[in-house]
Amino acid sequence: MTVTAPPYREHPAQAVPPGRILRYSFRERVVHWLAALSYIYCLLTGLAFWSPWLFWLAIALGGGQISRMLHPWIGLIFIAGVLQMYGLWARQMGITDDDRAWFRSMRYYIRNEDDKMPPVGRYNAGQKLLFWGFFVCGILLFLSGLVLWFPEYIPWSLRWLRYTAILIHASSALLTIGLFLIHVYMGVFAERGAFDSVIYGDVTEDFAKRFHPAWYKELFGSAPRRK
Amino acid sequence: MSQETLRIQKISAHAGAVPGEGTQREFQVCKLIDTTTCIGCKACEVACMEWNDLPFGQTVFDNTYQTMPDTRWNYWNLIRFNEHETEDGTLMWLMRKDQCMHCADPGCLAACPSDGAIVQYTNGIVDFQQANCIGCGYCITGCPFNIPKFNSETKRVYKCTLCADRVSEGLEPACIKSCPTGCLHFGSKDDMKYLAETRAKQLRDHYNFPKAGVYDPPGVGGTGVIYVLHDVTEPENYGGLPKDPHIPLTVKLWKGPLKWLGNLAMVGGLIGLFVHYLRFGPKSRDEEFETKREGEQP
Ligand code: HEM
Ligand code: SF4
Ligand code: SF4
Repeated sequence: MTVTAPPYREHPAQAVPPGRILRYSFRERVVHWLAALSYIYCLLTGLAFWSPWLFWLAIALGGGQISRMLHPWIGLIFIAGVLQMYGLWARQMGITDDDRAWFRSMRYYIRNEDDKMPPVGRYNAGQKLLFWGFFVCGILLFLSGLVLWFPEYIPWSLRWLRYTAILIHASSALLTIGLFLIHVYMGVFAERGAFDSVIYGDVTEDFAKRFHPAWYKELFGSAPRRK
Repeated sequence: MSQETLRIQKISAHAGAVPGEGTQREFQVCKLIDTTTCIGCKACEVACMEWNDLPFGQTVFDNTYQTMPDTRWNYWNLIRFNEHETEDGTLMWLMRKDQCMHCADPGCLAACPSDGAIVQYTNGIVDFQQANCIGCGYCITGCPFNIPKFNSETKRVYKCTLCADRVSEGLEPACIKSCPTGCLHFGSKDDMKYLAETRAKQLRDHYNFPKAGVYDPPGVGGTGVIYVLHDVTEPENYGGLPKDPHIPLTVKLWKGPLKWLGNLAMVGGLIGLFVHYLRFGPKSRDEEFETKREGEQP
């Protein structure tokens, strides 16, 4: 049987293999990878400028000058992706009381004792935090990045802009790096099946029941179906 | 002094040892500018363009004796002009030769992310190496004197070199050679300091400038360009010479504590995640969830 898309307006129907549930529409997957790949490029070139010990990254990516030239442009793609994500997901990312309870019992989540966690919908509280963290830091990176992009046009009397921008850009980049590391770890290593979901779009029913029971309920009514 | 400039004591964004670092008893060069004897003739401006082969750009007349409002990527040396009225109503025309100060503790070099784009020779000269410059403009943010200037076409930054090429051959910088009044001097830092202090004392004792003194700001570790000012307590009057220049606080925070905190957090985070994986492993095993794709029914 073909399971159709979850009842979100943005999801066009998409056929998925039997026993699997569509989690990410084509559009969501494209936006995810647009933001992810542009982020990774900005991250690698940014790290090259961050530390002399990592400057080889810029050389590996075509040289310091090219990295400097492309970083802000790719950054624009990144912020476009972040804004798209906002449009797609912001309404699903509201922090609820369940999420607050989730944060309080996060130690169980860390120990992989997921059955002790409060019910989780399409996104758990950690994923929501990741979303909002990236959204806020993305905006900060964009605004401070604009100042860093054209330092020669900032008049001397507004030099505090440059002084602030450099600190904000580096700090918010660091914050996103923390989120990014955890995100990649969860998506690739910890929650097997999650990586597939942003490639093919679907997850197994078991995956949904285990990690997003409230979402499963929302899709199929209260009784978890057996296949 | 030959080959002096070939020895380097500081290199921007350099991961590793610097050959000339911590060299003892090095000969520090210094340019002394006596603002009290500058007549604003601009010979030094022309000499600078000539020697450094800088392309000519249009000047901007703004009803003063200043060639243009600010230094440019192709105009490294500018006599700043200010009509100043002292407390007793005396009108003074203050002329100050503005250029790179060749700070002992250069903010441009501290901010630069590109290996070897900015170097400081053991004689104290701070020099930009455009071949290594990536054009990020961090040096503009790091400099407390508003000196590095960006060329939008070459995407590189330029400034006064203190004629490092001439100095390495035992010559004085071009501006010094051209000065008709002798208000510019060049030599060792010690000698220039001595000469400047002598002149300041003369101004205090014999010329009714009780606040005369030498500008060699300690906030940037002293500079390779020092001034004699009629009134050292108000350097801002001289075309905005900062009173107590420092590398901007946020630049220091960024290149200091934030760098260490960030590096620690990133490395710690990676190790932490790896250890977590070893201790707790994945939340689910592939076998549990992996239903065969290619249309195969389990
Ligand atoms: C949103 C648009 C963005 C713009 C316009 C922008 C612009 C800039 C500019 C102009 C610089 C100076 C050096 C250079 O150009 O490479 C810079 C540095 C940097 N950027 Fe971005 N950027 C953006 C997004 C990002 C993102 C998504 C990251 C991800 C981590 C990032 C991380 C960094 C880092 C780490 C540095 C070096 C900071 C340092 O030197 O300490 N930027 N950025
Ligand atoms: S005056 Fe500015 S450009 Fe010159 S050495 Fe000092 S910080 Fe660098
Ligand atoms: S613009 Fe060039 S010299 Fe200035 S900080 Fe960037 S790489 Fe260094």
